[in-house]
Amino acid sequence: MPATPTPAKSAASLRYPEHPADCPLAIHDLTVAYQRKPVIWDIELNIPEGSLVGIVGPNGAGKSTLLKACLDLIPKTSGWARVYGAPYAKQRHLVGYVPQRETVDWDFPVTALDVVAMGTYRQLGWFKRVGKAERARALEAMEQVGISEYADRQISQLSGGQQQRVFLARALVQDASLYFMDEPFAAVDAATEQAIVELLKQLRAKGKTCIVVHHDLATVSKYFDWLVLLNMRIVAAGPTKEVFTRENLRKTYGGKLDLLDNASFALSQS
Amino acid sequence: MFETISDVLLLKDHNTRVVVISVMLLGVSSGIIGAFLLLRKRSLMGDVLSHATLPGIGIAFAVMTALGFSGKSLPGLLFGAAVSGVAGLLLMLAIRSTTRLRDDVAMGFVLSVFFGLGVAVLGMVQKMPGANAAGLESFIYGKTASMVMQDAQLIGGVALVISVAALLFKKEFTLLCFDDGYARAQGWPVMLLDIAMLALVTAVTVIGLQAVGLILIIAFLIIPATAARFWTHRLDRMLLLSAALGAVSGWLGASFSGIFSDLPAGAIIVLVAASIFLFSMLFGTDRGVIPRLRDHLRLKRRVGRQHLLRAAYEILEQQPGPLANIPVDRASLLAHRSWSAREFKCLLRRARAEDHIESNTIHAIGLSESGFGEAARITRNHRLWELYLIRHADVAPSHVDRDADMVEHILGSEMVRKLEAELDLDTELLPSPHQL
Repeated sequence: MPATPTPAKSAASLRYPEHPADCPLAIHDLTVAYQRKPVIWDIELNIPEGSLVGIVGPNGAGKSTLLKACLDLIPKTSGWARVYGAPYAKQRHLVGYVPQRETVDWDFPVTALDVVAMGTYRQLGWFKRVGKAERARALEAMEQVGISEYADRQISQLSGGQQQRVFLARALVQDASLYFMDEPFAAVDAATEQAIVELLKQLRAKGKTCIVVHHDLATVSKYFDWLVLLNMRIVAAGPTKEVFTRENLRKTYGGKLDLLDNASFALSQS
Repeated sequence: MFETISDVLLLKDHNTRVVVISVMLLGVSSGIIGAFLLLRKRSLMGDVLSHATLPGIGIAFAVMTALGFSGKSLPGLLFGAAVSGVAGLLLMLAIRSTTRLRDDVAMGFVLSVFFGLGVAVLGMVQKMPGANAAGLESFIYGKTASMVMQDAQLIGGVALVISVAALLFKKEFTLLCFDDGYARAQGWPVMLLDIAMLALVTAVTVIGLQAVGLILIIAFLIIPATAARFWTHRLDRMLLLSAALGAVSGWLGASFSGIFSDLPAGAIIVLVAASIFLFSMLFGTDRGVIPRLRDHLRLKRRVGRQHLLRAAYEILEQQPGPLANIPVDRASLLAHRSWSAREFKCLLRRARAEDHIESNTIHAIGLSESGFGEAARITRNHRLWELYLIRHADVAPSHVDRDADMVEHILGSEMVRKLEAELDLDTELLPSPHQL
């Protein structure tokens, strides 16, 4: 008796495979191009919930681009990204964003508290003013990252590490479930780096997911339990212990010898 | 003459009162919107906008005259101005996004071409049969004297509406100007907000055309805001101050233009605003030139005093026998640091004035009792900070404030006690943790 042939999958389900609602970030077939040149292509990712994810790759590998595409900040050329099973536009309240520090003019006439309070704007809605409740929430977030004493300082009077913490506090105010962070460790002092790592671990303990663009290979295995090696396409993605190998690093960084030395050093540490 | 002047300034004179008030309101609105324009870093766009209004004024006049209406009806002219101003901006954006030309080229191009076109249109319109185009050029330089009651009311009313609208959007505009990427990620419609801001800028520009003229309205937009920035780093106060400075410039400028009616209003308003700016730049408490200079000198003086006293103390420590306040050899004190002879004399003179020095002979300098105590305190602070940095080098260096009088205030008493224990001595006498 011939076996009943399994029904062919419909074209739609082939194009949009299931994206379960408990997956913080699922990316399928994502390609982003600027003016005819693809910057990232064929990105396929499923980030497990509650993980601390690092995205590493050489300069120009498209790490920031990947983040921005997920946040609908730049248009996708093809493919999609889903946050907890739905498009980002419907899930903004679940996502916190910490942009690169250099995107902003720190000479702007606002205090640290003002910036952190910006995390409450969306919830306030149009035209309503920031009130006591919002300021209290902002102050609480600042205490969480250890900068509440600088609440009334104008932001250019803060050190680089303090500015980074202001951005973090702004994202924390939203109490999101998924956090995107673009190079939070870039050019910060050691104390701030420790504080940020502590914070990330606390978030993980609460079941939140953090996706962090990172530049320093030496600290990858210490900080992240999940790793994405990106060089315009995904070289490897998975638990750090499995993915952070010499072979994968060679494929990601190519012939950049000094980076390879860096990697060997990092490997010898882990 | 005096009576007339004070009457005008105090808004008692019937003829000028409404005009002055409406120009004051214009100043308030341009101060507020100008602040946001400045923070959005689009000041030059305001200039493009104002220069691009000229063709629209001429064309509106021609159309209205041809249709049989009064060619000089202000709402009609302002509508024409707005349309052509926005057309200029759109052209500029189109050039920027479709060609490889940079911002400044696109702006310069549109600004000059539209202005030239406008001058040509005005020239043609003068020759139109049955048209009385005299006075249209007042939109270029501004002329409050020709403002009619209804015009002044229109301008004042629209200015009020603009101010209220801008304050309504304050939170949204602030976010837009500060971090538009984050704004977009939060779901704010960045493009719509930009359009709203631009609409308000257009409105201010257009109602300012009659009073200030299209060439100078940009100054009315930018100068009060920039001057305000020198006095505060808080946005709320900056907006308030910017509005106030705009109002003052408008008040004085329109008043003087009313008194000396052959002086163009726009120029006077801008000169008033510019003087306010100059004053702010020199004396502004937040970042004015003179306060910064004064702070710098104060710091130099304090550092100089500390260096002198600490040097004296360190020399005394190295003398044989127990530490005592004996006169210090002048030559060794001078050689202790890299002062020039003149700097040294200056420092000694100041220390004398502060009663830190008792005697000053060719051979030796004697510290007073208070000077000795101060020297001990300064040296202790210095050594505690040094030790703190060495032991806790990984903590944020910006935490260190060597100018702090009491180390305890910054580090806390417990930390200070811990450090003192490490140095293993009592609070009065502390060796240096490194080689002197």
